[in-house]
Amino acid sequence: MTTSSEASAKAKIRKIVTFVEETHTEMDRAIVPPTRRAAAAAVIENPFAGKYVDDLSALMDIGEELGGLLTARAVAALGIPGRAVESYGKAAAVGENGELEHAAAILHPKLGTPVRKAVEKGAALIPSSKKRGGMGVAIDIPLGHKDAAFVRSHFDGMEIRIPDAPRANEIVVAIAITDSGRPLARVGGLTTDQIKGEDGLR
Amino acid sequence: MPEVKIRKKVTIVEEIFHEGGPVATAPLRRAAVLAVIHNPFAGSYVAEISGFMDDLTPLGLAMAKSLVAALGNDPQLIQGYGKGAIVGSAGELEHGALWHVPGGYAMREVLGGAKAIVASTKKVGSPGTRLDVPITHINASYVRSHFDAMEIGITDAPRADEILLALVMTTGARIHERVGGLKASEIKGQDGLR
Repeated sequence: MTTSSEASAKAKIRKIVTFVEETHTEMDRAIVPPTRRAAAAAVIENPFAGKYVDDLSALMDIGEELGGLLTARAVAALGIPGRAVESYGKAAAVGENGELEHAAAILHPKLGTPVRKAVEKGAALIPSSKKRGGMGVAIDIPLGHKDAAFVRSHFDGMEIRIPDAPRANEIVVAIAITDSGRPLARVGGLTTDQIKGEDGLR
Repeated sequence: MPEVKIRKKVTIVEEIFHEGGPVATAPLRRAAVLAVIHNPFAGSYVAEISGFMDDLTPLGLAMAKSLVAALGNDPQLIQGYGKGAIVGSAGELEHGALWHVPGGYAMREVLGGAKAIVASTKKVGSPGTRLDVPITHINASYVRSHFDAMEIGITDAPRADEILLALVMTTGARIHERVGGLKASEIKGQDGLR
């Protein structure tokens, strides 16, 4: 008999969707260069849909795999080196036959390490959100500066949705990154030039 | 006619490996490029609007080129296309119709003279409105395997005085196409239909 983690150490991916947004103008003011952000999302089979399973380590391994894969996709979509990423975030939406804890297993134990490796450093917590929902559910991926969580200009969020996912037995896993903060940031707080980058906070 | 003012561009690329059936050897890729522009005619009835189509032509070409780039940077890879528009609430449906010529012309031009009419749809909507952009084969509208659609939308667009313009391309048939009809291999390619 194989354990759950051996049986599904690799994600079964149905589709991958990438999104790139560029903001060129806001309130009639030109944004030069445009602020840009990207998200990459994978639609995967939920190996534990429809039943309670105590050991979620297979999903933790899937999280590790997707952390690297999706970050690489998102960085490539922006066409920048990983070190040029300024903020990041992650999210998962579990289909109706799954459990919120399945999203937690993907997002929290192992996904962050390959993300940080891809963006070079990443001292800060990767902000996250999770939910259970139907196909086309809006997924709001929170964004925060990768090296100093208190950088106020980079508090943001990116909404994505995939019309045909998650199906009942699926999970959507998403990573978002940016090369910039908000288009017209002007509410003060810690600025990028003040980052010490030691504790991940300031 | 007024200049084209772009607030935002969005690119969406889908890579589809399967939909419950056999995993495809080459995944189907679908992409949409969206531009949110200011609607110069918002807020009142303007009789003469058709000159704005010429102003939109360079944007259409740029969007079509970005689409090809997003799908592998080779026009030969493109097999399906479609277009659409969502007009913000201070505009009228006819403003969306301005996109037919520059959007369609641009994709045909970039694809080296595709023959089929570019399937399209449009509506008036609020920020976050979704649009199902129809897709057909680029050289023969009746190719059944390539009838498809891609749902698009932007959370914060179109605002009341904006228009969201969309172009869509695909690299192949539906992932598990199996309902018969005219096949891509049977295209005569003369009339754009078969």
